[in-house]
Order: sequence, then C-alpha cells, then structure tokens
Amino acid sequence: MSAQVIIFFVLAALAVLAAINLIVQRHPIHSALSLIVVMVALAGLYLLMGAEFVAAVQIIVYGGAIMVLFIFVIMLLNAGEEERTNFSKLALYGGIPLAVAVTGLIAASIVNSSTATALPPAQPVTLTSTRTLSHLLFTEFVYPFELTSFLILVAILGAIVLAQREN
Amino acid sequence: MVPTNYYLMLSAVLFGLGIVAFVFKRDIITIFMAIELMLNAVNLAFVAFSQALGKPDGEVFVLFVIIVAAAEAAVGLGIIILTARNRRSLNVENVNLLKL
Amino acid sequence: MNEFLTHYAYLIVPIVKIAILVFIILTVDAYLTWIERKVIAHLQARWGPHRVGPHGLLQPLADGVKFIFKEDPMPANVDKAAYFLAPFITLMLALTSLAVIPFAPQHFTVFGYETGIGIADVNISLLVLFAITALGVYGVALAGWASNNKYSLLGGLRSSAQMISYELALTLSVVGVLLIAGDFSLRKIVDQQAGSGHGLISWNIFPQIIGFVCFFIAAIAETNRVPFDLPEAESELVAGFHTEYASMKFAMFFIAEYTSMITISCLATIMFFGGWLSPFPASWTFTQYLPSVLLIPFGLWVIFDGIRYENMFGRMLLPVVGGALTAIGVALVIFPVFNDAIQGIFWFLTKVFAFLFVYIWMRGTLPRFRYDQLMSFGWKFLLPVSIANVILTSVVILWRMH
Repeated sequence: MSAQVIIFFVLAALAVLAAINLIVQRHPIHSALSLIVVMVALAGLYLLMGAEFVAAVQIIVYGGAIMVLFIFVIMLLNAGEEERTNFSKLALYGGIPLAVAVTGLIAASIVNSSTATALPPAQPVTLTSTRTLSHLLFTEFVYPFELTSFLILVAILGAIVLAQREN
Repeated sequence: MVPTNYYLMLSAVLFGLGIVAFVFKRDIITIFMAIELMLNAVNLAFVAFSQALGKPDGEVFVLFVIIVAAAEAAVGLGIIILTARNRRSLNVENVNLLKL
Repeated sequence: MNEFLTHYAYLIVPIVKIAILVFIILTVDAYLTWIERKVIAHLQARWGPHRVGPHGLLQPLADGVKFIFKEDPMPANVDKAAYFLAPFITLMLALTSLAVIPFAPQHFTVFGYETGIGIADVNISLLVLFAITALGVYGVALAGWASNNKYSLLGGLRSSAQMISYELALTLSVVGVLLIAGDFSLRKIVDQQAGSGHGLISWNIFPQIIGFVCFFIAAIAETNRVPFDLPEAESELVAGFHTEYASMKFAMFFIAEYTSMITISCLATIMFFGGWLSPFPASWTFTQYLPSVLLIPFGLWVIFDGIRYENMFGRMLLPVVGGALTAIGVALVIFPVFNDAIQGIFWFLTKVFAFLFVYIWMRGTLPRFRYDQLMSFGWKFLLPVSIANVILTSVVILWRMH
C-alpha cells in the first residue's frame, strides 16, 4: 500500500463520513459544517491528483464564499432544528434499500466496465501547472469563459433585486 | 498511484448520498446543500478523468462548474430568503399551495 | 537508527521543523504583546508593564499563567459543537498559514533529504495563503453565533461581513505583483525581485505602490486591527464575537490574531519589500557586517542599563542577556560562515518587525472606523482602486513587451 493509497482512503473516508453526517444532523448549521468538511476533503483529493489550482479554487470559492453564504443565510433566517416527525415506513423500508441499490449499481458498472481499453495505462501523477490551465482558459475555452462572467453579472443583479426589502 | 476506479466509486457514493439527503430532508437549506454535494461529486469525476487522460481540459471544466454553482447558490438563497420571510418557516412540506 | 532516519526523513524533518517553528512563533506572539503594550504606553506618555520582570519582560509569562489558571466558564444553551470548534478553527488556520512562508534562501540537506528554511515549498503558496484567509471567516462567524448572545451574534456577523468585503480587495491588490513575477510561488516572487543585485530599487514596492497601499489596508481589515476593529472593540457591542469566551479559548483567539498579524507582515515583506534581500547592492560587501554593528552596541547598552537597574533581579538578569547579545555579535564577526548564513534571515526579520511596529503604532494613534464608513470604504474605494491597479499594471507590461 503506497502512501498515496493510504492518503486517498483517509480523505475518502472523511468525505463519506461528513456526507453521512450531513444527512443525520438535525440542525442545518451542523449540516453546513459537515459540507465544509466534505469540500476540504475533496480539495485534498484534487491535490493528490495533481490539480493544485483547482484545489485552491475549490477552497477559496466553494469553502470560503459559497458556504459562508449558506451559513449567513442560516444565521439570518434563524433556522431551527427540524421537527421530529414519524418517519414514513415506505421511505424507511423501501427508500433506503433502493438508494443503496442504485449506488451499488453505478459502482458495479464502473468496476466492471472495461476501462482497460478506454483509458491509457496509469502514469505517475504530474502537477498541472496554472500556466497550462490559463492558456486553455483563454484560447480554447474563451467563449464559455465570457459566458460565465456574464452569468455571474446576471446572478449578482438577481440576488440584489431579490434581497431588497419591499419599500 | 491510485487507480481511477477508486475516485469514480467515491464520486458515485457521494452522489448517492447527495440524492438521499435531497429526498429525505425537509429543510430547504439542507436540500440546497445536498445539491452542492452532488455538484462536488461530479467535479471529482471530472478531475479524475482529467488526470487519467493526462489532459487539463477536465480541470478547466471544473472551474466552470464551480462558477455556475456559485451563481446558482446566490440566486437560490435569495429566493429562499424571500419565501422564508413570507412563510416564517423553512419546511418544504408547507409549500404545497400555489398562493402564499 | 541512521537508516530509519534516512528512510523516513521526508516525514521526520518536516515534523521537527514544524515543532521548532510553532515554538518560535508562540514565543514571538507572547513577546509581541509585551512590545505592543510598551510601545502604546510610551506613545501615551506612560510606562506600560515594568514591574513583573526587568522592564516588564516577564509580563507575557504572567499572562500565560493567568490564562491557565483562570476559570473557563461555558454559558448555558450554547451550541456545544460550534462553541468549542470556533477558537480551534481560528487558531489552527492562523498557525497553518505560516507553513508556506519562506524565511531564508538557503537550501540544506539533512539525512539525504533536501529542504529549505520554511516548512513547505509549494508551487501555489500564495493561493494557499488566500485559501486559509478565506476559511478564517468561519471562526469568527461561528464564535458569534454559538455564544447564544445577541451582541456576540451581531459582532460576529459584522466582523465576518467586514472580512469578506476586504478579502476581495486583498486578493486583487496582489494580482499586480503576480503579473510582474509570473508565478504564484513566494520563493520565486522574492527571487524575481533580486533582479541583478541592485538592492533596494528592484523591489516590488516601486512599481506597485498602489497595490501595496491597498494590500496593507485590506490586510489590517482582515486581521480586525485598529482602525478596523469595531467588531471586537471593548466599548462597542460589549466585546464583539469573543464576549462569551474566557481564559484558554480567549487566549486562542488572541494568539490567532497576533499570528495572523505576523503572517500578513511576512507576506507584505515577501511580496513588496524583497523578503530576505538586502536593501544594499550585492557589491557592497561591507554591509554584511550590519548585524554585528547593530548587535554589539545594543548588547553593551543592555549590560550598562542592567548594572544600574533598580532591583536585584534586573541587576542579575539584564547583564546576562546583554552579554549573550554581545557574544553573538562578536561571533558573527569572527566566523564569516555564520555571518553569511544569517544575512537572509536578519533582513527578513528586520522588515517583519518594522511592519509589526507600524501595526502597533497605528493602534496607538488612529481612531476607529464606524461600521458603515468601513463597509463603504471597502467596497466603494478600495475595490475599484485595486481593479484599476490590475488594469494599469497589465497595460504597462503589455506596452513594455513591444
């Protein structure tokens, strides 16, 4: 077991446990904190794969901006714990096995697929330089880039209009 | 050297957990967080394939997914704030009529 | 044993470096509180701490003992997970940000493992620092929310809103430096400023003066220091987000604040003032004796002051300290190898302490901003100026390329 596989299992276990914690916790603020742990664990996995810029952007944008927005909204709306209701029997005895079955089906199809022909043989991990990414971003992907900047402008305007108090 | 299949299975598991959270939780903000979890699972699959094929195109697309998720979270949370102010509750089971 | 060390050197050497660095930083934090209290006191025409040890030098030790022995109350009905987590997150992030800062240019090899002075040398060290700054908002927001106290919640939300607003200006003001250096790595930013050995004039402060001013102002707002310390000032909102935190947890917030001050000072020296580079051109080799020229008179002055000190303890301690300083200064002159090794770290520490002195000086001099003035300054002035700096820098670089 090389060091990389051990680190992968540690980070993967952390991500899965935090995702399960998101489901199990009753108060939305605890779910938000668990989601932040998932994002940091995924950033670690991106680093393991050599995508250092994506890892940094994941923490800065997702973990440092989007989740802060979630936490602010939870604090602003003073969201309380979910009330305990009787769990529907259908959901418990039918739904959870169904979800496990669907996930197992996807996982089994991934494992059994013949990726031996689709993917090239495994190479050691190389760091993707930011220079390569930015070169691609401004030459091949310049059209989606400009579109997303327009999208963000629209989102900012929408958020400002939506959050105004009615005068 | 971690095989790509491991990353893909982790991505599938996280996506499944996102679906479970989306279906079973009644708080609208937690449902939103489940959507973000699903988007993250997809990002992981993108980066895994990008590393396996040796091309950085997948990572550029991950950047776009993150940007779109940010825009969607901003507008979605604005809508949630508005409806929660009017209804004074965050329970989605109460949103079952067309008028407020 | 030797083989074990060589085989696992990639794990053991960083752990030893981390232990040394954390010890040094915690000591520097403690004595930074002493320096702050002395400087502000002298600015206000009083003495500051001078009873606890000679010149109050043992005051941080007394404060540490107080923090350990004081009762650590927890208010009722707090959210226990968030209440315990908030100071840990803040302190952990503040200490982690020191891992990517390069302190000196030397590379050395220990047990076959080549390493530098600085714990990690990452390609994207600047982005790592911004990621840690971005996560630092959580400590403050959770502390305010978990305290089950209206004033803490308001203070926490105000403080996190301030940190988010100035984080954008902080990140953008650094883009000019990145455009000039062409790399995210802090070591390469300093190497690029070395230029052709001309000393002071090739530093980034001259092309990027606007960027430096924006960076420093945004950094002060990020660390919640005067004049931006409305969320944690004692006369506003009780004490802001750390009202309900006492003794050890408050000490964690305190240490985190001083450590982030040190990190920002290190960042400012690396990006704008040449890091470990000497301000004198490399051809003036006689300036390499500057550490000794400063240390020997200072050590002699400490001895002279100690001999005439008012109480017995001072008369015993201060001459020893002064003697040690003088001995180090003389050793630097006698052993040139030692002198060469110490040059980089000496200039780095001098510049960092100059920035810390400016921080403390501002605390003693400036009044604080009102909250709406603070927010409008961040969004309406600092962010457009940072963007204008980026545009101006890009235009100049493109013009020079032709």
